[in-house]
Amino acid sequence: MNSDSNIVLTSLSKKYGNIKAVDAIDLTVQAGECFALVGHNGAGKSTLIKMVLGLTPPGGGQVRVMGQDPLSPAFNRMRRNIGFLPEQVLFQNNMTGRETLEFYTRLKGASCNGIDDLFRQVDLLAAANNRISTYSKGMRQRLGLAQALIGKPALLILDEPTSGLDPASRRNVYALLNERKLAGATILISSHALTELDDRIDRVAILNRGKLAALGSIAALCRNMGLPSEIKIYAPAESLHVVAQHFKDSSFTDGAGQISCATYNKVVFLTKLMALNIPLADIEVKDPSLEQVFLAYTGIRGKADE
Amino acid sequence: MNKIWILVTKEARDGFRNRWVIMITLVMTVLSLGISVLGSTPTGTTSVSPLAVTVVSLSSLSIFFIPLIALLLAYDSVVGEAERGTLTLLLTHPISRTQVILGKFIGHLFLLTIAIVIGYGVAGLAVSFSAEEGFAVQEWNSFLKLLLSSVLLGAVFLSIGYVISSAARERAVAAAVAIGIWLVFVLLYDMGLLALLASDGGHVINGSVVKWLMLFNPTDSYRMYNLTSSNDTALLSGMAWLSAANRVSGMSLILILVLWIIAPLTAACAVFKRRQL
Repeated sequence: MNSDSNIVLTSLSKKYGNIKAVDAIDLTVQAGECFALVGHNGAGKSTLIKMVLGLTPPGGGQVRVMGQDPLSPAFNRMRRNIGFLPEQVLFQNNMTGRETLEFYTRLKGASCNGIDDLFRQVDLLAAANNRISTYSKGMRQRLGLAQALIGKPALLILDEPTSGLDPASRRNVYALLNERKLAGATILISSHALTELDDRIDRVAILNRGKLAALGSIAALCRNMGLPSEIKIYAPAESLHVVAQHFKDSSFTDGAGQISCATYNKVVFLTKLMALNIPLADIEVKDPSLEQVFLAYTGIRGKADE
Repeated sequence: MNKIWILVTKEARDGFRNRWVIMITLVMTVLSLGISVLGSTPTGTTSVSPLAVTVVSLSSLSIFFIPLIALLLAYDSVVGEAERGTLTLLLTHPISRTQVILGKFIGHLFLLTIAIVIGYGVAGLAVSFSAEEGFAVQEWNSFLKLLLSSVLLGAVFLSIGYVISSAARERAVAAAVAIGIWLVFVLLYDMGLLALLASDGGHVINGSVVKWLMLFNPTDSYRMYNLTSSNDTALLSGMAWLSAANRVSGMSLILILVLWIIAPLTAACAVFKRRQL
């Protein structure tokens, strides 16, 4: 059933006034893939998602979801196979969690028997019959997630599902998504930071000002950016002096030296350092963080535009 | 059809849940009872049915009150959901935008009908039971016509409210426009008409021009319908002077109200379809 649960975008564009919210994006999300859109606020993630869902017509280019145009009337019937979590949804306070899920379940034409299971999955069963006004922010977010999972959709689209969640809840979200992925679902999520993502994401597209800045697995993105690892050496002054003679690109302060080194070259560097056979107090090796990689991608493209 | 029904039940439940129905029904009951009791005191010895007096009084109340509560109910329906973020969610479900508008309309009309039937029904029953002539000989026909046309008047302003709500980008704007619409149809239109008549002195603008101008305003159609719904009400409201040529048949007036429901509702669906989320 999932052979066609994919998303194909061809030179997709959308303008709001003079601002190009989405600018000529070509992208394919494969069936069964867990795909993430990452970008700052206003990078075009939500606009792109709205076009994928057929809520907003594209300004240019083409969207195909499961082989269909989301704006066509025929797409309406396929919507039961799509689960969606909007960014910041405020469910009606005067309804209970169960009434809310029942409402959306009926709209999807799914069976209400699965609702208890959904509550259990997001750990809300105890609060299911309470009014939403009594829910905390995290509980509301989890209710939204349960809503997206109604009817075991073949395509899951989640707009910033982990924003505002603590690390434990975030792990829980990814565990749930992984379960759906193993069942064959295609997943598209958006996030404002690479650090919010999880290893279980297959591919990432970094958006910057409506343009596609990078595309690939998290590991590939880190490699391609070519950001150096930082190696910090704590040692007596005489030792640091020796190190300075042997390595370029190094800077020294009192009792510590800092050296940049290509990530793939770390082992070679450390072997050389050991071969010097000098007394060292401590060594600290820092690989570029996801945050740094993300900033590098969006920063460079951002400057190039100006 | 099934999808519309799901929305209707949700809107109806919301109305009961947030005590909207109870509040409006109470207000309607108190107002209509008050007006009926006050209105029927001086007619104790006339030949006019007390219920006819009530119909005339209540129709004046309706003209102010029903458009207001209908607009209050409708102005928020689309733009409010858009601001809460539930509209995007709703529209990703297998439901068309026309179905959304129709579902809300039927649900809201149901709530409004409950408030009107209970509120006016209590007043009507109270007046009939306390009348000397007896319960059965009252102008029940006029009273039923009042209920029916009041529900239609509510439906007219619900539909207009959806046009406003579908077009507005912000709730505050929708509220302001709704109040403006209410002022125009309920107060300013008739005041303008009166000013026109007074300044003209009856030279150019004759009765039939006024009649046609009044037919363009749904509240005036409603007024004409109820004030001429029986000989008693016509007599009471001073509408009896209308020459036969200038009378508009009840059926045509109802038809005008129905058109005033269908046209804005169609417009609301069209505007909502073009709305970008």
